[in-house]
Amino acid sequence: MRSVMSGNEAIARGIWEAGVKVAAAYPGTPSTEILENVSTYPDVYSEWSVNEKVALEVAIGASSTGARAVAAMKLVGLNAAADPLFNSSWIGVRGGLVVISADDPGRHSSQTEQDNKNYARFAMIPALEPSDSQECKDFLMLGLELSEELNCPVLMRTTTRTSHSKGLVELGERHEPDREIGIEKDLKYSLLPAFTRNRPKEMYERLARIRRRVETLPINRMEMGDTEVGIVACGAAYQYAREAFPGASFLKVGSPYPLPVKMAANFRSRVKTLIVVEESDAFLEEQLILAGIKVDHGQDLLPHWGELDPALVANLLTAAGIPGAAASLLAQPYAAQEGLPVRPPTLCPGCGHRGVFTVLSRLKLWVSGDIGCYTLGAMPPFNAMNSDICMGASISTAHGIQKALGEAAFEKKNRKISVIGDSTFFHSGITGLLNTIWNNGNSVIVILDNRTTGMTGGQDTPGTGKTLMGTVAPALDIAHLCRAMGVSRVEVVDPYDLKAVEVSVTAALDSGQPSVIVAQAPCVLEYKVRMSDAWVVDLEACTACKRCLRVGCTALSLLSPDEKGKQKVEIDPTLCIGCGVCAQMCKFNAIGPKVAEPARA
Amino acid sequence: MDTAYQEPMNLLLSGVGGQGVILASFLLSQVALEAGYDIKQSEVHGMAQRGGSVVSHLRFGHKVYAPLFTPGQADLLLSFEPLEALRYLHWLKKDGLLVYNTVRVNPSTVSSGAAEYPEGVEERIGRSFGRVVGLNAVAIAAQAGTARAANLVLLGAASPSLPFSREMWDAVLKRELASNVLEVNLKAFQLGRAAVEG
Repeated sequence: MRSVMSGNEAIARGIWEAGVKVAAAYPGTPSTEILENVSTYPDVYSEWSVNEKVALEVAIGASSTGARAVAAMKLVGLNAAADPLFNSSWIGVRGGLVVISADDPGRHSSQTEQDNKNYARFAMIPALEPSDSQECKDFLMLGLELSEELNCPVLMRTTTRTSHSKGLVELGERHEPDREIGIEKDLKYSLLPAFTRNRPKEMYERLARIRRRVETLPINRMEMGDTEVGIVACGAAYQYAREAFPGASFLKVGSPYPLPVKMAANFRSRVKTLIVVEESDAFLEEQLILAGIKVDHGQDLLPHWGELDPALVANLLTAAGIPGAAASLLAQPYAAQEGLPVRPPTLCPGCGHRGVFTVLSRLKLWVSGDIGCYTLGAMPPFNAMNSDICMGASISTAHGIQKALGEAAFEKKNRKISVIGDSTFFHSGITGLLNTIWNNGNSVIVILDNRTTGMTGGQDTPGTGKTLMGTVAPALDIAHLCRAMGVSRVEVVDPYDLKAVEVSVTAALDSGQPSVIVAQAPCVLEYKVRMSDAWVVDLEACTACKRCLRVGCTALSLLSPDEKGKQKVEIDPTLCIGCGVCAQMCKFNAIGPKVAEPARA
Repeated sequence: MDTAYQEPMNLLLSGVGGQGVILASFLLSQVALEAGYDIKQSEVHGMAQRGGSVVSHLRFGHKVYAPLFTPGQADLLLSFEPLEALRYLHWLKKDGLLVYNTVRVNPSTVSSGAAEYPEGVEERIGRSFGRVVGLNAVAIAAQAGTARAANLVLLGAASPSLPFSREMWDAVLKRELASNVLEVNLKAFQLGRAAVEG
């Protein structure tokens, strides 16, 4: 039976079919749907872990019992999980262990881009990279088998296009490996120098076995066509190159690390011009060169970062005199229209973050931000976020700034505040806060507690009282936790009350003490919040001052100029949830709930 | 060598988060599957639900490699909003077809006064391009029973240009749409089709 699946759905299917027992992840685009889909298969235990490091450690523990296990994350998640990744390579596996890194060339939904195939070389483990949904399923299952055969974790790298594109997938049944699951007492799990004397030698011997093994894997293959041009490619880039040069010969690489160099040398001998087409780093190209295989072209012609596409490959290589590109890709009959207004992402109408950023914008504070929907606070009309570095950094970098400034940190012009979401706080903000308290920091931290992981589509957190598989769990109270950690000033505020937010923030800054302000309001999208009927603008009271537009709500829009040329404001009743934040900005009481007479308060 | 390779048919859908672009793309993919084609479909997830532009690529043929295509390659551009039609017009092939909804949705930059909705969008579309079908899909959907079915009106209007039979469409719509909205959606599809067939 065939089904249309995204790469992430296909990976989840592969996890189920391969008899995986435990799958763990922290949500992050473009990886999130893997675990969301695994959770629809009750045979697999699946969880949102608090962060990627924890998720991989959970999977390592499961593997040590003989069970098959998977951890999934977005590119930067593997930076957080690098510690257990390297050490799991040192200890080896019992049950198959696959680590999935979903990379994001072109930064569709990421701050940065990086090629995580490099982690495989660094940790001396194989990397597999699928090109479509079918391969996403097949490679995941192969990865688990290779992991057991070679006694090491296997890295599977996808990209946004392979994870999110849909294609046909042949479905199979679930087969659990026939083996006993249990605790094993083995010194290999204790990475003490006394126990690891021979481990580096064993790891190099294992790498030699891995190198031999990839030469015979069917996922690495030559597809011979016209031998004038031979293209080496993997992942999505293979698809782009296949389409750009439909007649050429291909070395389709399924294991970018290690590259099957014997096969590559054979391929080299059969083609006249050898070109490497790859996204992100010159990862295959460098391995070819190291193996003494002549590369005619690679990233001398193709970009070092961003996404490739068929037309880009066809045009750049054609410009360098490479023959055989598909003619249709070289033409674009219509020019792009210039100067069209963009549709930037914005906070949802009624979003609780809006109140906090309206106040921070007004107070003109220096704001260290973090990763989530609220990063949109950096955008107009708020412009109220001055740094946004990595998960949890809002708290720890603010502490570093304070220590560098010394006494000057208390001057009015140096006033700063940290803003972090609840899920990011649980991920890696707690340790930063603990560090601030321990080291006598005085940061003021606003935790935007919307009871979900909003940016990735609304996943549960330790604060929601629910797990990925839907079971009830203790719901962590952030204010209690902060008090227990020694924060002397902890306040809970309603972010829809602008005055209350401003009073709370100002008092915290004035106190000179470390302070946490928990701004509590459930995500309007995830919890389908509607506070009242849509509010309305009293056009007789409206003076067209546009002050309400400073809240940046898409439910508000300017009307056409009236007879005096003034542009008053209207509220879209299909978007407004009645949060009332815009009304608090209005000095003329022109905005209120829909009643016979607009409210005058 | 892949001698049988023929270039697939490329459909680009463009609109605004919440307009039903993703559902329309899914239904198209199911009809292409029903017709026995290999398919690839691609859209970028993440921020779309927060008011951004939504774009979906659907490709079908005997064999499809890449999940996306590029400007100048679309056989059909199905746009849910005039500005989003204009924005992606250059993705069409020389003889490609544009089917679009003429009802505006203001970007947040326009409603906040930071930018202006361009004047004469429909004229610009008509001037720069030949094969165009523009229709008020929202009004037609309202005739069918709900303005929310505008995406089905657009699918209906595009359907005569696609290599799928009425039977295939009927089978897919009946299989994939919830029974409580099926009738109004089928009607919206038919009214959309009738609007272009005259």
